[in-house]
Amino acid sequence: MCRSSRATSIILVLGLLMVSPSISVAEESRYGLGLLVGEAAIKAWDIDVNPTGIGLPPGRGTVQQGAIIYENKCAACHGPTGIEGPKDRLVGGQGSLTTAQPIKTIGSYWPYATTLYDYIFRAMPFTAPQSLTSDEVYALVAWLLHQNGIIPKDAVMDARTLPAVTMPNRGGFVSDPRPDVPIH
Amino acid sequence: MNPFDGEMRTSSEEGTEQEARIDRRTWLTEVVSLVGVTAAGLITPALLPAEEGASPAPTHVPGRGPSPYGLRAEGETVQRLTTATHSLTPHQSLHGIITPSALHFERHHNGVPSINPDRHRLMMHGLVDRPLTFAMNDLVRFPSVTRTLFIECSGNSGHEWKGPTGKTVQETHGLMSTSEWTGVPLATVLAESGVKPDASWVLAEGSDAAAMTRSLPLTEVLKDALLCYAQNGEALRPEQGYPLRLVIPGWEGNTCIKWIRRIKLGTAPFMTREETSRYTDLMPDGKSRQFTFVMEAKSVITSPSGGQRIEPGFVEIRGLAWSGLGSVRAVDVSADGGRTWHPTQLQAPVLPRCHTRFRFGWHWNGDETIIQSRCTDETGYVQPTRTALVASRGTHSFYHYNAIHSWKIDRQGNVTNVSV
Repeated sequence: MCRSSRATSIILVLGLLMVSPSISVAEESRYGLGLLVGEAAIKAWDIDVNPTGIGLPPGRGTVQQGAIIYENKCAACHGPTGIEGPKDRLVGGQGSLTTAQPIKTIGSYWPYATTLYDYIFRAMPFTAPQSLTSDEVYALVAWLLHQNGIIPKDAVMDARTLPAVTMPNRGGFVSDPRPDVPIH
Repeated sequence: MNPFDGEMRTSSEEGTEQEARIDRRTWLTEVVSLVGVTAAGLITPALLPAEEGASPAPTHVPGRGPSPYGLRAEGETVQRLTTATHSLTPHQSLHGIITPSALHFERHHNGVPSINPDRHRLMMHGLVDRPLTFAMNDLVRFPSVTRTLFIECSGNSGHEWKGPTGKTVQETHGLMSTSEWTGVPLATVLAESGVKPDASWVLAEGSDAAAMTRSLPLTEVLKDALLCYAQNGEALRPEQGYPLRLVIPGWEGNTCIKWIRRIKLGTAPFMTREETSRYTDLMPDGKSRQFTFVMEAKSVITSPSGGQRIEPGFVEIRGLAWSGLGSVRAVDVSADGGRTWHPTQLQAPVLPRCHTRFRFGWHWNGDETIIQSRCTDETGYVQPTRTALVASRGTHSFYHYNAIHSWKIDRQGNVTNVSV
């Protein structure tokens, strides 16, 4: 027992010696929980797209292609032209934000075109989220941006063109100024 | 009509049959009227209602045995009020500060997912030294923290921007609840992966059908955000994010990502739909406030409240107060439409970023009046009047409505939602 205990100690010391050169101060406080995850596994879940376009996958889509996909997979909830509903209105409303009846749509409110790709892929169609191909999402984004008068009819959306689209309400957001209500 | 209106109304207008049932079925929800009766000295053993039906007196037969998982008493019917996308906590019928887990409000964006905890993983990646995945067993092994905290949807009372809308406090303030949450600090788990120096924003993503996603400033969530696996002592309820959710003390509920499966570190906000198209506050000048995370101080009288009816005499005014910036310092009550204010008694413990129960003993003389509550938090912030709030922000912001709430009491004792 004594010998095996000593052997264990030697193994432990050797193990520490082998590992310690690469341990930083921060690492020493770790609990040793969790498993390292590889690039392929990360990629399977890493679906976000940020405003610089990082995260946009290969693929492309046109306004015309988007019109057909929209009619088949989106119009039942958002209306034939993106205005009628019954779910969120997607088109129009530009210039309405300061009126008595603000209409928040992609065209009037959304500050980044990349958010369209991110959201449509992650959460739409409502009954089958994350079922669309990248070509389908690019096409839908193209159609929606065209319907809102933001890109021309012959525009093609892909990982290069989409982040370059400037949305009408890009300058419409400010940081949190609270507390903002005077004490009465 | 609210299906629970009948539960909340006192029995006097419902006839004697309802009165006979009040002691058994609804006494807990109608404390206001009962207290009045007690003060009049009318409840004595001889006047208890006769036992209904054929069931023998409980003192004459053995009761049922122990059960593996408890249920509430038969006849107790307090419920959440549900819609397609959310359910509302029935604060008019609750006591103390803890919301029963089964009555904690819900808000989800494409249903409650069914998740096998053995197959659930939290992945941490992006600007970290070591991308890691954690199983639930890993997360439970970390040093744990328990805190009692409110969670309030930023849309709580949102319809009140346009004027008095909800009939009951469940409708006006039901998108908030308080639980005792247990989990591991997000900072602890982040340290396990090692945060790179240039990381400044965190993306948190759920594994529901909305893949709900929010960007959060790293320095803020390092302070006190928790990855929680337990609520009120047991595993999270499915609708509260089972098996794992984020809880950020004092921040709008939407940031407390449920069913969380991914945390990514980056150098800027990711500008997801839920922080651009939604959860931004439109101001009269057409600009929208973004990343308005904190829920400012607020309070509401839960009893007497909309849909209830009181009797002249002693009435204990009861309510909840809370602040996303810290502890409640004081709550004042007005029983004359805001002309005079009176300090209330705060029930200990008064915890930061947690519901605080306040009470005020009042004698209602039967005249029409308006009752209100006003919260002051530890920072000195005072809950604004509706007039001041609307003057600053207009009526199109939808989120973060925290004005003083007014309940009108008419000469019959009926309580309704009004604005002053």
